[in-house]
Amino acid sequence: MANPTPAKPLPRSSSFRIADVLGTATAGLTARKLRTALSALGITIGIGAMVAVLGLSRSGSAALEDRIAALGTNLLQVSAGQGFGGGDATLPEDAVATVGRIGPVNSVSAVATVDANVLLNDLVNPSQTGGLSVRTAETNLVEALNGSIAAGRFLDDATVDVPAVVLGSVAAERLGVSAVDGTQVLVGEEWFTVIGILDSFDDQTDDVETTLFADLDRAAFIGADIAEELFDAARNPETIYVRTDPDFIDDVLNVIPNTADPESPEEVEVVRPTDALEAQEAASSTFDNLFLGLGAVALLVGGIGIANVMVIAVIERRNEIGLRRALGATRAHIRRQFLLEALLLSVLGGVAGVLLGSAVTALWANSQGWRVVIPPEAIFGGLVAAIAIGALAGLYPAVRAARLAPTEALRSS
Amino acid sequence: MTTVASDSTPSAPTEPTGPPALQLIDVVKEYPGVPPVRALDGVNLTVAEGELTAIVGPSGSGKSTMLHVMGTLDRPTSGSVHIAGHEVSRLSDRRLSAVRSALVGFVFQQFFLLDGDSAVDNVATGLLYTGTSARKRRAAAVEALERVGLGHRLHHRPNELSGGERQRVAIARALVARPTLVLADEPTGNLDSRTSESIQALLHELHQEGATIIVVTHDNELADSLPRQVRFRDGSVEFDSANGTAGAPSTTSTDAAPSVGEPEPTELQLDDLTEPDPTDGP
Ligand SMILES: Nc1ncnc2c1ncn2[C@@H]1O[C@H](COP(=O)(O)OP(=O)(O)OP(=O)(O)O)[C@@H](O)[C@H]1O
Ligand SMILES: [Mg+2]
Repeated sequence: MANPTPAKPLPRSSSFRIADVLGTATAGLTARKLRTALSALGITIGIGAMVAVLGLSRSGSAALEDRIAALGTNLLQVSAGQGFGGGDATLPEDAVATVGRIGPVNSVSAVATVDANVLLNDLVNPSQTGGLSVRTAETNLVEALNGSIAAGRFLDDATVDVPAVVLGSVAAERLGVSAVDGTQVLVGEEWFTVIGILDSFDDQTDDVETTLFADLDRAAFIGADIAEELFDAARNPETIYVRTDPDFIDDVLNVIPNTADPESPEEVEVVRPTDALEAQEAASSTFDNLFLGLGAVALLVGGIGIANVMVIAVIERRNEIGLRRALGATRAHIRRQFLLEALLLSVLGGVAGVLLGSAVTALWANSQGWRVVIPPEAIFGGLVAAIAIGALAGLYPAVRAARLAPTEALRSS
Repeated sequence: MTTVASDSTPSAPTEPTGPPALQLIDVVKEYPGVPPVRALDGVNLTVAEGELTAIVGPSGSGKSTMLHVMGTLDRPTSGSVHIAGHEVSRLSDRRLSAVRSALVGFVFQQFFLLDGDSAVDNVATGLLYTGTSARKRRAAAVEALERVGLGHRLHHRPNELSGGERQRVAIARALVARPTLVLADEPTGNLDSRTSESIQALLHELHQEGATIIVVTHDNELADSLPRQVRFRDGSVEFDSANGTAGAPSTTSTDAAPSVGEPEPTELQLDDLTEPDPTDGP
């Protein structure tokens, strides 16, 4: 040692470098890994729940928005409502033509149900048609609904008056037809050749609530001419699909009843299919608030948990506090150390929560075939919330630790 | 280094040049209570640089209280405490922390090592509040551990060390900042007699190297082996081997502050030292 210094100058104050505060707080946490993990868990769950709720809600909305965009908000669906005298009303035969003459209408298509069954062959019991229907369709149906063809082709001018049939996606599956290879199916009493198979009109989403065109997927489409010839089908359209200029949707919507059926416009029902999707989006966001509230409660509980753990830590680690004071730590140094421990604890929980919430969102969205959307404000908000909670939860224990008199803290327990 | 202390019975190669390492003048410490407890009742004590002193006395006689007051962990109710010539009894809590970080090293009966940290890290903590860089702290810690004969246990954790080794780590931690004063409260209180002897030898070695050490102990063998003994009774010095027999129970002069052994605090730093700071007393 050879310690000849006669009188060391007295330092003005001891110091505790920022890197050392961080190192000390980290060491305090890593020395008690299990407790650290358990006490961060509350924050993890709270933040995880909030991120997952926001992420799922946003991913779900994005999926709905994608569908709305795919479907187009300028699609209107016209059908005959309930007549006043009871019984189903019908649309006039020329409704498709008159609606098509409305200025801003870009295109019109229509379907109508034919009173016939569709079967794979004559050995199958007609009651086993599995909810399939036979419909007439205008040749532009697929374009009008932004649908797509899986195999073969749709009805065209050359096939509306011959025994040719195009199967909706569900109908093809039920009938066991998977390729357009000259297979024939029995429509009513007649053999029809399958010339096309359609994709589902409802997108690939398996979200039951939003199947808008399930009935079309279950249909076998034939031409109106052959339907009239073989099954005596009426020419009245049952459902008309209208594409309008997007700037005049409401105007078109308002004039359709009078145009389609001037004699009884009150029986004409016009809806915009995307409205149903938008309503669903709105409904799910009110549900989100409930979960967000639950997440907030979990966060609060997590924060109280951290405060609790830190208060206990201060009591348990009295000797450590006393030792540090003996080694030259000021009250401020002690306060900083414990405050930072609480902060690290909750930030740790927060980061884990963000990861957990994101993972849950990604897994669920993938399983739903949704695009994964994790809103940055959820991540940012989660971390800010964690920091705020850590600061609040750590303040009181840190102040208590700093107040402890060194001799008090060094007394063996 | 770890072998028995040099046989040439330590007569301390010290020639007190500067101010004494420690000086207590009429120190009174009273704990408030229904009848207040007067744990220190006018203690006068001067310890020169390089001295190795044992403090003995019955339980409750105020030894630990005095050690705390000497080490600025606690303030005297009245009287003054000088460390290396600096009057410290009225400094602010912040300044006292600075005094502890630079001038005082503590060794405790319970070691108070941090369980999660290795021996080197524990010793390096002794420099944590001095503003030394992490690399230098570590280098100094390795050196201090080698000094106490634990160069081969650098990375062991406290629970992987024997009691004697733990106390050596604690002693290394007290020494690592090269303090003016090392204060040990019952350093062998938790150790068996053989281990106590090795700690005793270590204390002698450190003394040979020039450290100023004050040891509170109940261990008579340890106390008798040290160059100087001070015996306490009821809060005051009953006997001090440095003053012949009676420890001159401070009755010499209670009014004139400097009484025992030329105190004269160095006036150089005096101005910036005696700034009373009532805002945060401990
Ligand atoms: N915080 C306190 N409050 C009140 N009284 C105290 C406090 N600390 C110590 N005392 C009292 O002061 C007296 C001296 O105590 P101290 O701990 O200094 O004795 P000691 O000599 O170290 O005893 P031991 O040998 O048992 O460690 C005792 O009577 C004790 O009860
Ligand atoms: Mg004691």
